[in-house]
Amino acid sequence: METPRDTSAPPSDPQPSKGSQSAAPNLAGSSPQRGGSSLSDSGRTGRRGDAIFKFASSGSGVALLVIMAAIAAFLTVRAVSAISADHGNFLTTSDWQTQADPITFGIAAIALGTLISAVVAMVIAVPVALGIALFISHYAPRRIAQALGYVVDLLAAVPSIVFGLWGALFLVPHMIGVNAWLNQYFGWTYIFHQNEPGTQPRSLFTVGIVLAIMILPIITAVSREIFLQVPRAHEEAALALGATRWEMIRTAVIPFGRSGIISASMLGLGRALGETMAVATVLSPSYVINLHILDPAGSTIAQTIANQFGESQGTGRDALIAAGLVLFVITLLVNGAARLIIARRKEYSGADA
Amino acid sequence: MAKRIDVSGLNAYYSNFRAVEDISMTIEPRTVTAFIGPSGCGKSTFLRTLNRMHEVIPGARVEGKVMLDDENLYGANIDPVAVRRTVGMVFQRPNPFPTMSIKENVAAGLKLNGVRNKKVVDEAVERSLRGANLWNEVKDRLDKPGAGLSGGQQQRLCIARAIAVEPRVLLMDEPCSALDPISTLAIEDLIGQLKEQFTIVIVTHNMQQAARVSDRTAFFNLAGVGQPGRLIEIDSTEKIFSNPSVQATEDYISGRFG
Amino acid sequence: MSSLATTSQLSSSLTERRLPRWMPAVNLALAVLLAVAIGAGFNLSSKPQWLLIAAILYVVIQYVTSAVVEGRRHAKNYVATSLVWVAFLLALLPLISVLWMTISKGIGVINANFLTHSMNGVAINQEGGGLYHALIGTLEQVAIASLLAAPIGILTAVYLVEYGRGNKLSKAVSFFVDVMTGVPSIVAGLFILSFWIIILNMPFTGFAGALALAILMLPVVVRSTEEMLKLVPNELREASLALGVPKWLTITRVVLPTALGGIVTGVMLAVARIVGETAPILMLVFGADTINMDPFNNPQSSLPLFVWTEYSRGTDQSQARAWGGALVLIAVVMILNLVARGIARWKAPKGATR
Repeated sequence: METPRDTSAPPSDPQPSKGSQSAAPNLAGSSPQRGGSSLSDSGRTGRRGDAIFKFASSGSGVALLVIMAAIAAFLTVRAVSAISADHGNFLTTSDWQTQADPITFGIAAIALGTLISAVVAMVIAVPVALGIALFISHYAPRRIAQALGYVVDLLAAVPSIVFGLWGALFLVPHMIGVNAWLNQYFGWTYIFHQNEPGTQPRSLFTVGIVLAIMILPIITAVSREIFLQVPRAHEEAALALGATRWEMIRTAVIPFGRSGIISASMLGLGRALGETMAVATVLSPSYVINLHILDPAGSTIAQTIANQFGESQGTGRDALIAAGLVLFVITLLVNGAARLIIARRKEYSGADA
Repeated sequence: MAKRIDVSGLNAYYSNFRAVEDISMTIEPRTVTAFIGPSGCGKSTFLRTLNRMHEVIPGARVEGKVMLDDENLYGANIDPVAVRRTVGMVFQRPNPFPTMSIKENVAAGLKLNGVRNKKVVDEAVERSLRGANLWNEVKDRLDKPGAGLSGGQQQRLCIARAIAVEPRVLLMDEPCSALDPISTLAIEDLIGQLKEQFTIVIVTHNMQQAARVSDRTAFFNLAGVGQPGRLIEIDSTEKIFSNPSVQATEDYISGRFG
Repeated sequence: MSSLATTSQLSSSLTERRLPRWMPAVNLALAVLLAVAIGAGFNLSSKPQWLLIAAILYVVIQYVTSAVVEGRRHAKNYVATSLVWVAFLLALLPLISVLWMTISKGIGVINANFLTHSMNGVAINQEGGGLYHALIGTLEQVAIASLLAAPIGILTAVYLVEYGRGNKLSKAVSFFVDVMTGVPSIVAGLFILSFWIIILNMPFTGFAGALALAILMLPVVVRSTEEMLKLVPNELREASLALGVPKWLTITRVVLPTALGGIVTGVMLAVARIVGETAPILMLVFGADTINMDPFNNPQSSLPLFVWTEYSRGTDQSQARAWGGALVLIAVVMILNLVARGIARWKAPKGATR
C-alpha cells in the first residue's frame, strides 16, 4: 500500500523551473520535456500514474470491504462449528457450560444482560447528555462554554478501562445505599426488587450507570456539535416571534438537530453494547435470566467473551466466537437502524450533510 | 393599532464597542420608514434595538429609551419576549424553519403563544398568507416543507409568519437583498399594502427601493472605521432625495460618497 | 387585508408581570429549609437524599410561583433552564470523580522506578514494579496498527472523495465504513483470533493485537480524512488540472498537502482511541510481566492490559499499580489529543471553519 510517488519521472512541477532567462524560449524548451508538443504523448506518465494511484485507492476501499466480509465469514464459520456441537438450544439456553460434558451453552441470558445494561445506560445518559450539550451550546456564558466543550472532548477520549477501574473500586461501594433505597421504595416495580438485600452491588444496574457515565461525553460531544450548527437565522426567527429561550430551543434547535441527536445516541448505544472492560471489572457474572437489575446476576456478551477466553480451548473458544457473532449482528442492526432514521429525516431536516 | 416609536438618546454596544451613538428619532404609525447609509453605519444594529433582538447576541447591550406609544421597551418590568411579539421582524435572508411545513411555519408564532384552536389557527394562517400575497401560490401545498419554496416565496412566508402574531410594528432588515428583481417587486408591493396596518421600518442598501417604498427616510453615517454610527438626518423621503439639509446625505444619495 | 388585525387572542401588553429578582433566592432558601425539615423529620440518614429533595422542591416551588405570577410559558422556560443546569452539575460529579480518583490514587505510585521497570519477579502483594514493559508493548502495537491503518484509511478516503463520487462501490464502502465504526473492539479481537490464531495457527503476539487495533482504527481514519478532503476547495483541484497536471499528482501534490494538518489530526485522534483498547489486547497479546521488545514473537503487555491485570490480582499493592497505570494511560491519551488539536489549529487550511 505504498504511494506510487517514485514510480514516475519528475515532470510533476507545473511551472518550468530551470533556466528562467526569457519567457518565450523557456516555455518552448520545457514543453518537449513534458511531452507537450504531442497531446497523446503528454498524458503518458500522467496516465500510468493515474492508473496506479486509482488502483491503489480503490483497492484500499475494496480491502475495507473484504475485511468486513472476512469478519462476518470467519466468525460465522467458527460459530457454526460451535453451535453444531452445542447440546442446548443456542438461542434459548441461558447456561454457559463449555468445559463440561455435554457442552451446553446459549446466549439467552447474556444477550438479555447486554440489552438491559445498554438500556439502563441509555435511559440515564441520553437526557443528561442532551442537557449538557444544550447547556454548553445555549445556556453557559460563552467563555465557560468553550472550555467546557474542550473538557467534554477530552473526557470522550478517556479509555474505558479507567471507567471500569473507577466503577469497581469507587462506585460499587457507594452504590450500596442507593440500592437499599431503591429496593425499599421502588421494590414494587419488580425490576428494583432485590432478592438478597445488602449484597455487593456488582449488578447490571451498576454496570448501566458506569456505561452511562462512559458514553456521556461522546453523546454530548456529538450533539453539542450539532446544536452549534443550528443556523442563527432560525434561532432569531423564533425569538423574533416572541419565543422564550426554551421555546426557541424547541422550535428551532431540537428539530434541526433531531437526526444528529439520534445518530449520537446510536453511537453511544453501540459503545454501550460492545463495551467489555467496564463491565468485566464491575459485574460479578452468572448465567441466569434475572430481571431484578439490582441483583448481582446476569452477564453481557462482551464480558462473557473476556472472562471465559483465558480458560477456553477448542469448542469453548468457538462458542465464544458464536457469542461474538451475535454481538456483531446486534451492533450491525443498531447502526443500520440509525442510518435509516437519519436518511429518512434528511429530506425534511434541511441539513446538507 | 399601529404604534408610534419614539427613540431618545439610544446607544448600542457590542461588549465594549459602541456601534450606535446617541440616536433620537420618531417613527410615525402607518408609515414606511427607510433606514439608509453605508455598510457598518449601525442601521441594522439600531433596527434590532427596536424589538430587543440586539441583546440576543452575547455581550451586546443597549442604553437609552425606546417608547412604543407610552411604554418604554427598556423599562423595568418589560418582558423582552412580549416586546418581540408586539414588534415583529423579517430578516435579510429568508429563514423559514426547515423542519416545518408552510402551514406550521406560519402558525409557529401562534402555537408559541398558546393558540391551540384549530379553526382559529387555520383562519390566521390563511389571513396571514393572503396578507403576504402568498396564499394563491401555496394554498394547495400547505403541508409541504417551507424550505421547498423559491427565495422570494420564502421571504413572503417569513413575512406571513411575522404578521400572523398580529404585531403592531414590522421591522425589515434588508428583506430583498437576497432576492431577484421580480421577487423584490412583489415584496415592495406587499410593503405598500402592509403599511395600512403596521408601522413599518425597513433597512435597505438600495436607494431606489427606499425612494419607492418609504414615506420617510433616515440617513445613517459613521465618522470612520471603528467609530460608532450616527443618525445624520430623518425627513420625508421626498425631501431627503431631492433637497436634503445635510451635505453628507446628498453626497451619499448622489453616489459621491467618500 | 383589512381583516388582518382582528380576532386578537394575543395579549398585547408589554409589561408582563415578572418575578422579583430576589424571588429565586427566597425560593431556594425555602426549598432547603423544607428539605432539612423533611430529612430530619423522616430521619433520612443519607445527605445526598436531602440535597436531592431540596433540588426537586426548588424546581417545583419555582415553577409554581413563576406560573402564578408570570404565566405557564415563563414557568416552563424556567424549569427547562433548571433541568439543563441540573443535568450539567449531575454529570460533572462522576466525571470529575473519575479524573480525581485516578490522579490522586495514581500519582503516589508513579516514580522513575515505576516508569522504567517491568513486573518481572514482583509478587502480587509486594510494592514496586512498574509498567515499562507495558509502555513498550503499547508503543509498538499502536505504531504497527497505525502503519497498517493510516495508509489504507487515507487511500480509501481519497477514493471516496476524488474517484468514487456517488458510484456503487463508493456507496458500499461508505456504508461499511459506518458499520465498521460500530464494530465492538472485542469482535475485532475475535475476528483476528479466529483468522490469525486459530486458522493460520499463529502465536499470541503484539502483532496479532496490532492487527485488531488496525481494524478499529481504520474507519476513524477514513471518516476524518474524508471530511478534511471535502474541505479542500474545488477551485484548487481545477486550477491544478487546468495547468495540465495529471489527476494523481493533483491529489498527491495539491489536495493532500492542503488537507495534511487535518489528516494528521484525524490519525492522531484515532491513535488516541485505540491506545486505551483492552479487550483485543487481552485476547491476542495475552499479557506478560516481563519486557519483550519483539512484537512478532511471544506475548507482550500494554498499558490498558496492565491496568486490567493489576486490578484483577486484587491486592492493595497491585490495585495501587492499576491506578498508576490508569494515570499514565490517561496522560498518554490526553497528550495525543492535545498534540492532535495543536496540529489542527496550527495547520488549519485557510477558509475552513475554525
